[in-house]
This record gives sequence, C-alpha cells and structure tokens, in this order.
Amino acid sequence: MTILGFTAILALASCAAGLVGALTGLGGGVIIVPLLVVVFGVDIRYAIGASLVSVIATSSGAAAAFVTEGYSNIRLGMVLEIATTLGALSGAFIAPHVPTSSLAVVFGLVLLYSAYLSRPNREPTGVQTGGDPLAVALRLNGTYPTPTGLKPYYVHRVGIGFGLMYIAGILSGLLGIGSGAVKVLTLDQAMRLPFKVSTTTSSFMIGVTAAASAGVYLHRGYIDPALSMPVVLGVLAGSFVGARLLATAHTRWLRTLFMWVIAALALEMLYNGLTGKL
Amino acid sequence: MLSERPASTSLDVLLGHVLRAGVVLSAAVVMVGGGLHLARHAHETPHYSVFLGEPANLRTIRGIVGAASSWDGPAVVQFGLLLLIATPIARVLFSVVGFLRQRDWLYVAITAVVFGLLLYSLTSV
Repeated sequence: MTILGFTAILALASCAAGLVGALTGLGGGVIIVPLLVVVFGVDIRYAIGASLVSVIATSSGAAAAFVTEGYSNIRLGMVLEIATTLGALSGAFIAPHVPTSSLAVVFGLVLLYSAYLSRPNREPTGVQTGGDPLAVALRLNGTYPTPTGLKPYYVHRVGIGFGLMYIAGILSGLLGIGSGAVKVLTLDQAMRLPFKVSTTTSSFMIGVTAAASAGVYLHRGYIDPALSMPVVLGVLAGSFVGARLLATAHTRWLRTLFMWVIAALALEMLYNGLTGKL
Repeated sequence: MLSERPASTSLDVLLGHVLRAGVVLSAAVVMVGGGLHLARHAHETPHYSVFLGEPANLRTIRGIVGAASSWDGPAVVQFGLLLLIATPIARVLFSVVGFLRQRDWLYVAITAVVFGLLLYSLTSV
C-alpha cells in the first residue's frame, strides 16, 4: 500500500474514532491503538504516540462544545486533574521497564473489567440526594442540561474518586492512552454523576492527562508526524460531529455503546498480548 | 434565559474559545505539513512495523522549530502537534486567569498546581 492510500484509510477510521471517542468520553485512542496494531501491523510504540495525539485532539475538539454547553463539571475536572497529571508522570517513567505483551494483557484486563462494570442496566447513578461533604466544601455539585431544563446533581466519594484518578493517570503514562475508560467509570460508578456529565467531564480531562505524558513520549521518538497527521485531522472532524450528537442521544444508548466499545477492545488486546504479537 | 445558565458561564465560554482556537490553529499547521510531505512521498510504501524512533530533530521542541522553519514537511506536522499538545495546557493557564478574575482563590491554587505539574512534565523535553 502507498503512503497516500494508508493516509486516506487512516483519516477515515480516525473520523469514526473521534466520533465514538467524543460520545463515550474515551477519546479516540481507545480505537486508534488496536486499529494501527491489529489491522495495519504498526509497532505499538508508534501506535501509542498516535493515540496520545488523538486523545488530545478528541478532548480539545469535543470539550470546546461540552464546556460551552455546560455539560462538563469544570471544577471537578480541575480537582481531579491534579491526581491524573501526577499519575501520568509516574506511569511514563516506569513505562520503559514494562514489556509490551504484559502491557497489552494489563490493558485488556482493565478494559474487560470496565465493560463488565458498565452494563446499562446497572442503575441508578446520578442519585439526586446526599453527596460528599467534601464536594460541598469544594463547591463541586452542579447542574447539567436536559431536554426539560437544567437538572441538579450531587458528587459522591471525592476521596476515592481522587485515588482512582491517580491510577487512571498511571495507566495513561504506562499505556499511552488517556485512560478515558477508568475516568468515565470513576465519575459514573464511584462518584455517581449523571452519565453525560461523566463522559463530558472525562473528555474535558483526558487532554490534560495525555499532554502530561506526551512530552515524555515525544522525547522518546514515539510520535511520528506522518502517522499522526491523518489521525489528528480525522479525529478532530469526528469529535466535532460527536459533540453535536451528544445532546440528543439517549443515555441508555450511550451506555450500551460505551460497554461494547471497551468489551471489543479488551478481547483484541488480550488476544494480541497473550499470543505475543505485541 | 439568562437565569437558566449556571454561574460560571463566563469561564465556560472563555475555555471553549481557548480550546477551539488551539484546535483550529494546530489542524491548519498539520494540514500544511501533511500536504508538503504527501507531495513528495505519496507513492512510497509506509514502514511502521519496525520501531526505529523519530530522528533527533523531531524529538525536541528546539529541533522541531528549527526544522519546521525550513519547511520540512514532517517537522511542520510535528510543530502542529506541539500546538495541539499546548492546547490543553493553555486551557489550564486560562482557567487560572478565569478563577483569578472571579477571586476564587481555592481554585486559583488548584489550577496553578495542575499547570505547574504540566510544565514540569514538558521541561524534560
């Protein structure tokens, strides 16, 4: 295949990755890595570089819309970004000492567990009462837009959420992905935010986590310009469309999409890690 | 309609503008660099199955800026990627400014810590 053909296919696939990434709060990376590695046989280190770039693109492209429309919880995102950036720094420094096949197996297991936790019938989340006193002190409780107007919600278990976000950051530095799955799950399952607030706040945060790891990966030569070019442009286009679709999408549908995306990726990664392809 | 909006609307709008500007600017630069690269290498075969790492001048900010100023396609793309990486960092910086304007000292401190950590992560480059 020529570079032109490869670039065109990659741009189209990245468009889909940006769309799904924006709707699920996972970022484009969760689709870009297996696509490059499994379908195109690209070395996982180049794939990780392209994935980091795609996560920042989805995050910035989609978050521009989510922030303006009032979906993302900016205060909560800022507080938790302390944990994710610290984690990303820790992870990036231990990454060279971790062999790639174990890396893929860890990635797969994390995703598989995430899929199990995110079954759409696991309600209720976004509980309307109570909340953490720490959330009151930090003024984290907020409102989000629904078809019937702004709806208030409460933030639960801030301390546990902070700890889990540190782990999400380590995974980002280790695997080179925005670890959006861990972020969405933490916000949704542990902190009990409404699902759309969880995915959009994750979208808001993953760019910062990825940027914290990107410097280190750039320095190591993982970020290839010719590979990143179609990825960035495709992902940006897809994420703009995804951000427009979010307002009218049903939460149950979004949960189902989220679950299947991470389940499929979990199996792909486990297969590749266990057969030593990575 | 005004009463329906949350209190932090001005910050939301400011951050939305910062993100949009960063994304548009970096996409434009990446597109120019990609065009330069494809004009020369479109019909060659890509080699990504073996990891060689990028050349030294595409790994550091100084090297990228130097090579991009002589219109080297990959270096121009890489410069666009630097702008993209800078976008969330600029977003954090503008959050500090936004919270300063609201005299919200707790959140000035929180966002300043995040900004400091991000700068630290990039100084290794």
